Amino acid sequence: MLELIIPSLLQTVYMVFFSTVFSLLLGFPMGVLLVITEKGGIWEKPTLYRILDGIINVLRSFPFLILMVLLFPLSRLIVGKTIGTTATIVPLSVAAAPFVARVIETSLKEVDKGVIEFGQSIGATVPQIIFKILIPEAMPSLIMGVTLTIVNLIGYSAMAGAIGGGGLGDLAIRYGLYRFQTDVMVVSVVVIVILVQGVQFLGNKLASRINKK
Amino acid sequence: MIEVQNLSKCFQNGNECIWAIKNVSFHVNRGEIFGIIGLSGAGKSTLIRCLNRLEEPTQGKIIIDGVDITALDKRELRAKRKDIGMIFQHFNLLSQKTTYENIALPLELAGLGKKEINSRVNELLEYVGLRDKRNAYPSQLSGGQKQRVAIARALANNPKILLSDEATSALDPKTTKSILELLNRIRNELGLTIVMITHQIEVVKDICDRVAIMENGEIVEINTVEELFRRPKSKTAKAFISSLKSDVQEEFVIPEEFNGRVVRLSFWGDNAKKPIVSHMIKKFNIDVNILSGNISQLMSTSAGYLIVELVGEDGEIQAAIDYLKSQDVDVEVM
Ligand SMILES: Nc1ncnc2c1ncn2[C@@H]1O[C@H](COP(=O)(O)OP(=O)(O)O)[C@@H](O)[C@H]1O
Ligand SMILES: [Mg+2]
Repeated sequence: MLELIIPSLLQTVYMVFFSTVFSLLLGFPMGVLLVITEKGGIWEKPTLYRILDGIINVLRSFPFLILMVLLFPLSRLIVGKTIGTTATIVPLSVAAAPFVARVIETSLKEVDKGVIEFGQSIGATVPQIIFKILIPEAMPSLIMGVTLTIVNLIGYSAMAGAIGGGGLGDLAIRYGLYRFQTDVMVVSVVVIVILVQGVQFLGNKLASRINKK
Repeated sequence: MIEVQNLSKCFQNGNECIWAIKNVSFHVNRGEIFGIIGLSGAGKSTLIRCLNRLEEPTQGKIIIDGVDITALDKRELRAKRKDIGMIFQHFNLLSQKTTYENIALPLELAGLGKKEINSRVNELLEYVGLRDKRNAYPSQLSGGQKQRVAIARALANNPKILLSDEATSALDPKTTKSILELLNRIRNELGLTIVMITHQIEVVKDICDRVAIMENGEIVEINTVEELFRRPKSKTAKAFISSLKSDVQEEFVIPEEFNGRVVRLSFWGDNAKKPIVSHMIKKFNIDVNILSGNISQLMSTSAGYLIVELVGEDGEIQAAIDYLKSQDVDVEVM
């Protein structure tokens, strides 16, 4: 059993880790852009905002499995193949990016308008306000957002397993569904649940530890 | 120092224009504490926010130190804003940063080195009396302490002007006094020019040199504080002053009910402290019946009024009134 679970767990961790990193790289700047370009933002650009907002909505309305299939060509372009854990990181990252953008947007929007105004009153530039005021002030909430992203990606990665992505989801389906080895399926699911709980617990702990409010 | 000319501001609401400021002009002298008082919604915040262009004026000019700031581009404006500190009603401190880090932030953004920042922040902490709160977060500070941090932070880059938008409105009266004292010290010792927005006449009375009364986006009166308490011109000013008076007896003095001549005497400055009435009684053959009175302590002087009934011969009464006038007391026959 352990010989089955451990490699799959490592695959899941590998997929989730890298897709978290890449979805943040894609989604974080989008989230920041949404906040600063919206009406009343510190870098008001209504047209840019509308375009970005539209793209994110469209991407988010795709069911994940369909998006994954649609992104096979992109995986092939970047990784050289469409199946396997490394190839799956591509659609996972792209699918999670718009979600990350919304999560980051929500966190940054919670920042008190007053501190932004203070930044403007001392002549801070837009990048200074973003990096020295907006992000530090939103940090606890951003950590909660990243936690949520990881939890979501664990779920996505399990689904990706169904179409050849590897990891715990793949294991559960292969043994549970096709070979009727219910015990392997149950253990896989339990490990996924523990993983999710653990990440959520750590995220909550970290966020409340650093929050000085 | 600050020259505001025909300033107007409209907030676009669909096709409609809501004029929050209507053709306002005034000037603020160097080293002055200039108050702007008005009821909520009068347009005070909009006006002060136009001074550093947190709000873009729709019309008019704002000239600060000879520079028309309405004509500056973004980069020039940012540079100019370093000369204009601002403090707020709700302090606007960064909640995730300590007192030290909050005060250091403007210095950091201005590109100072770690060592310079450290010595400047320590100096400022000392100045506002918060040395022992250096590592506290805003959530661990009282309202008065938070405002002190905000003041230190606003002073960090050595501004020439300090804008204060209801800085004491969220504080209790005792804390308000101590913050006002600090602001007065800043003006006296550092030579800053301070523009203070408030809806509290106590603030104007305690600290301002001159004051503008605002109503519905317009300035209805500009006066020295001394003169305002002595002879308020506008209805709004009168309302503010009467709200300050602990006794509202004045309203109930009906001259017709008295046989003698009822007069209202206004004192200000030094003559509020001299025994002028006592001299008058000794000098002239009249009786004085005090009906109502009040003396307020202003920033540097006192002002007050006294409503008295003068009983005696007409000639003596007239002579007494002339004597009062010769002593610079304002006499109004009621
Ligand atoms: N951003 C805004 N958009 C639309 N109307 C505004 C805005 N800010 C202020 N106003 C309006 O302008 C008027 C003056 O507001 P304000 O300057 O905040 O008054 P005060 O500070 O004297 O209470 C009010 O009627 C208010 O509703
Ligand atoms: Mg206001």
